[in-house]
Amino acid sequence: MSAIPLSDIRPLGATVGKKVLLAVTGLVMYGFVFIHMVGNLQLYAGPEKINHYGELLQNAKPLLWTARIVLLAAVGIHILLSLQLWLKNRAARPVKYSHQDYQAATYASRTMILSGPIIGFFIVYHVLHFTVGWAHPDFVKGDVFHNVVVGFQNPFVSGFYVLAMVCLGFHLYHGAYSLFQTLGLRGPTVDKRLKVVLTAISMLIVIANISFPLSVLAGIVKLPAVSAPASASLAAGK
Amino acid sequence: MSGNDLHLTLKVWRQAGPNVPGKLVTYDAPGISPHMSFLEMLDVVNERLQEKGEEPIAFDHDCREGICGMCGLVINGVAHGPRRATTTCQLHMRYYKDGDTIVIEPWRAGPFPVIKDLVVDRAPFDRIIAAGGFISVSTGNAPDGNAIPVPKSSAELSMDAAACIGCAACVAACPNASAMLFVSAKVSHLGLLPQGQPERKARVLRMIAQMDAEGFGGCTNIGECEAACPKEIKLENIARLNRDYLAAAVTRRPETGSGGAG
Repeated sequence: MSAIPLSDIRPLGATVGKKVLLAVTGLVMYGFVFIHMVGNLQLYAGPEKINHYGELLQNAKPLLWTARIVLLAAVGIHILLSLQLWLKNRAARPVKYSHQDYQAATYASRTMILSGPIIGFFIVYHVLHFTVGWAHPDFVKGDVFHNVVVGFQNPFVSGFYVLAMVCLGFHLYHGAYSLFQTLGLRGPTVDKRLKVVLTAISMLIVIANISFPLSVLAGIVKLPAVSAPASASLAAGK
Repeated sequence: MSGNDLHLTLKVWRQAGPNVPGKLVTYDAPGISPHMSFLEMLDVVNERLQEKGEEPIAFDHDCREGICGMCGLVINGVAHGPRRATTTCQLHMRYYKDGDTIVIEPWRAGPFPVIKDLVVDRAPFDRIIAAGGFISVSTGNAPDGNAIPVPKSSAELSMDAAACIGCAACVAACPNASAMLFVSAKVSHLGLLPQGQPERKARVLRMIAQMDAEGFGGCTNIGECEAACPKEIKLENIARLNRDYLAAAVTRRPETGSGGAG
């Protein structure tokens, strides 16, 4: 058998190369959801704080659009390659076992292909809900606090957010550590610490994100009592 | 002794040839001694089948001492059966109870077509090895022993990886029928030693190219392979393979012509 010419090898077309791209794009998105969660914690600091934060982001147009393009590319590559690999993986076992008894695989690791699309659908809805406003019943551009509180007052909307965050939790539970394995960045001395740190970050992301809709539903975060009468009296005054 | 004998029900995959449909066939297996190995149990069942003039169940086996990598059955949904770090031939019937039903299937993977019943064609593994799982050495006098220093830790990790017997239980257990654990064991066992350095980058690129061409799936880091491996090859080897692959892909140069004696 003659050797495969190295010049014929396209590493990014190989399963291992595609996995590396999945890992890198996953890491980009992981970093994003963490920063996104930290920023959103300002919801608890009141309307001025979070609205000012929103304004800050909106005013930094070049940075905002760079981030948006990078994230969009990351999501696109992640979806495309995971589908390609999923199809190849399925094709590799044309005849199924009558019964397979899993020994090590976690539920999260075997359902990445389900948690992924749910998160993908959620992202589209989330952008239409809070960024564009089309899916929002009373969207006020620039008033982030108002949009969040009004949006989450619908228990079905809040329920979907919670469900999506649970899926994100499952996805990160497997994905965060898995990406370090794929990049080869692990070893016996760092494994334990890596797992602890990643699990802590992932849990923090999910718990904080779930707390936002729950806080609104529980009435902990609500619209300022003054704003409604103020506008009402303003209207009455006219 | 016969008081301890097991009366089992076997559901065995029977398939006459590569391109014909197969099915699970139920066999009654009374009088199985708990001292038998799993393969000896199949020998007994086959003897009885032959006495009745029926076709015996075809299955792969050779050394029957857990080191050749020939045997391999998916037993009740687990490659090599329920015992950790145990090949099918080293699994004994004492782990089963009287009245048990045992489902026996071949390794299932697109690149491993069934030859007959429980025997599959594992030639793709040979082609992956041929693509890069070797080192090139000069012929002539044997080199001095210990002329090349090898750190003890590297030698041990290399030997751990070299314990792979190529049985393909990793492929059988992986939901993606991926051969990554096998390839990673070969890449590690050669790549960790000084003798494996000259071809290290080309090896990992070529072996993965061959693995993909054979139609194996990709790795999703779920660990079924590690759990099924009778030689306890670790997932850490796959991390090493990924690391080597990434390094080789990023640092490779255009080829400057083939090497040779000149």
